[in-house]
Amino acid sequence: MTTATSHAESPGLWVLAWRRFRHDRVGLVSFDIVLFFVALMAASWTGLIASDWAREVGVSNAPPTFTGPKVASARLEHAAAPEPLRRDKSDESAAVDPLAGVLAEIRASRPPAAADTEIVDPLADVLAEIRGRSGSASADETRAATLIFGGDKWGRDVLKKTIKGTETSMFVGLAAAALAALLGTVFGALAGYYGRWIDDFFNWFYSVFTSIPYLLLILSIAAVLNQKGTMTVILILGLTGWTGIFRLIRAEYMKHKVREYVQAADAIGASHMRRMFVHIFPNVSHVVLVQLSLHVVLFIKSEVVLSFLGFGVGVDTVSWGSMLNEAQTELLLGNWWQLAAATAAMAMLVTAFGLLTDAWRDALDPKLK
Amino acid sequence: MLAYVVRRLWQTVPTLLGVVLLVFFLFTWVGGDPAYLLAGKISNPEQIDNIRRQLGIDQPIYVQLWIFIKQIVSGDFGVSWATNEQVSDIFLTRLGPSLTVLVPLLVVDTLLAIAAAMLVAYLRGSLTDRMVMIGCTVGQSISILVYIIVFQYLLAYRLGWFPVQGWGNSFAENLFTFSLLPIIVGVIVSLAPDTRLYRTFFLDEINQDYVRTARAKGMSETRVIWVHVMRNASIPIITNVMIQLPGLLVGAFLIERFFSIPGIGREVLLAVERSDFPVIKAVTVYVAIATMITNLLADLLYKAVDPRVQLK
Repeated sequence: MTTATSHAESPGLWVLAWRRFRHDRVGLVSFDIVLFFVALMAASWTGLIASDWAREVGVSNAPPTFTGPKVASARLEHAAAPEPLRRDKSDESAAVDPLAGVLAEIRASRPPAAADTEIVDPLADVLAEIRGRSGSASADETRAATLIFGGDKWGRDVLKKTIKGTETSMFVGLAAAALAALLGTVFGALAGYYGRWIDDFFNWFYSVFTSIPYLLLILSIAAVLNQKGTMTVILILGLTGWTGIFRLIRAEYMKHKVREYVQAADAIGASHMRRMFVHIFPNVSHVVLVQLSLHVVLFIKSEVVLSFLGFGVGVDTVSWGSMLNEAQTELLLGNWWQLAAATAAMAMLVTAFGLLTDAWRDALDPKLK
Repeated sequence: MLAYVVRRLWQTVPTLLGVVLLVFFLFTWVGGDPAYLLAGKISNPEQIDNIRRQLGIDQPIYVQLWIFIKQIVSGDFGVSWATNEQVSDIFLTRLGPSLTVLVPLLVVDTLLAIAAAMLVAYLRGSLTDRMVMIGCTVGQSISILVYIIVFQYLLAYRLGWFPVQGWGNSFAENLFTFSLLPIIVGVIVSLAPDTRLYRTFFLDEINQDYVRTARAKGMSETRVIWVHVMRNASIPIITNVMIQLPGLLVGAFLIERFFSIPGIGREVLLAVERSDFPVIKAVTVYVAIATMITNLLADLLYKAVDPRVQLK
């Protein structure tokens, strides 16, 4: 790259990497799969598809279409009897607030001095929504006996749930990886570039974070925050997951800061910040990219475990983890489709992402083998 | 040697202090006022004041930090907020079940992974190698949750080969009845990534000059692989196993939860669910200490395995 004798522009790192990547068939296929998932996520996020995932379109535990009508009719009979088809029962469509009694009791027993702080019914919003929905949906709505990928306990379409779960899990993975990469890169750049006590400080920080096992750290932060939600999961994963990236970026910066082009930048009066992020950063950005996609996979897996355990996304959000949680009890009744759908979607994305990471690494760093 | 150990221990002091500070501020500032958590639904101001005084959180922050450090040194973290059990008792009684599952799991997994990795590294580029690698990649991409759910359903619930879950009183019963399925699932989950990793370690060594020399002087293939290559590749393998050790104690929490094994991992999950701060604090600090000690032990082990390693 440094031996361009004529004025013809020599190809840069990314052009060369792209040329190599184009010949990697496995890498290209994985790239397409990942792009497909990203498109799915975007479409679901903007509400183009699967925005009605929460509608109960099928009978309870509707089996997939291809398993045949026999199983389906058996399930239908079973479901027709005392099964919890929520909206079929007229008394439940009124959506009685289960907390009403408790709240009334609390209000009555409170001392009058505290009356200026109002007691808010935590279920009010949800109930209003349920009432609104059950009002708009006709009671004699026909429910399908089978659905393409089957239905869950409430008769919701598993395919749409999986798409929605893909949105949540992928978004958490991407956002948390971006946060971790940002922290790791900034910390690593500062430590590697300045050295001395700044380096010592960040190294100390690093060894503190790495001496607590990753999952334990995540769990204790989850315990402290004690609130669920997509943002919480992203913060937990991103704030704990920067250590690996930090280590690599720090080493890269230590290597690069003594190179001639950085000295040249110093000579023309570039500031420290400019040298760090305008001159050196493009030369280490391939490390960040590979680490980023490596961490997406790691964080998707962690999110699934966290949500499964109930420390992850909120109860009204569907993710692969919460689907697996429901699937666990469904499997005991022989309803395997939700488990299969979530597993297949996750395995496909994670495998594709893993292979794509390998392909990127090969393309960006041909010396490494 | 002794000087090295002493110096290494001395170097862990700032890190340990950092862990203590991190845990302390996490639970003191981010965690909010534990008195409200503890008092629960039926709370009046006196009760809350009472609890605050008992926990010492009406004291200034440096006094609280000092209390925390004293707790760590003495090992006395008081009682669990949820069960009123002594925190130290919780750990002592939960350690046994955890180890009953984890020690065989680690041993079996490491031996199998080394054998499999050796085989595919020896046959590198062949169909077997590629099939195993693809299998590992796909196997790794499936969540550990799915393995546990499916195996528990098929082998225990459906076929009845193993108890679905539970824990007995005698060690033999626990090991040979209740731990078998958890160990099998654990091995299957960790075999794929370990095989992939160890394969690269073996590949690094198998192309070295000393292997060619050993072959050139007529040494048998078995001896080349199992003595020469093995000894050199064992250094990164030891690192990997040692790194896994402390995390394993908590890391198997999913297995412990699904199979109702009363181990430390399950206790951590319960503590997180119940906001049982003393238990979580104690686990975090002690596991961090354990991590530092195993790191030191790993370095000492290198010395034993590889005489070229200079401890400095």
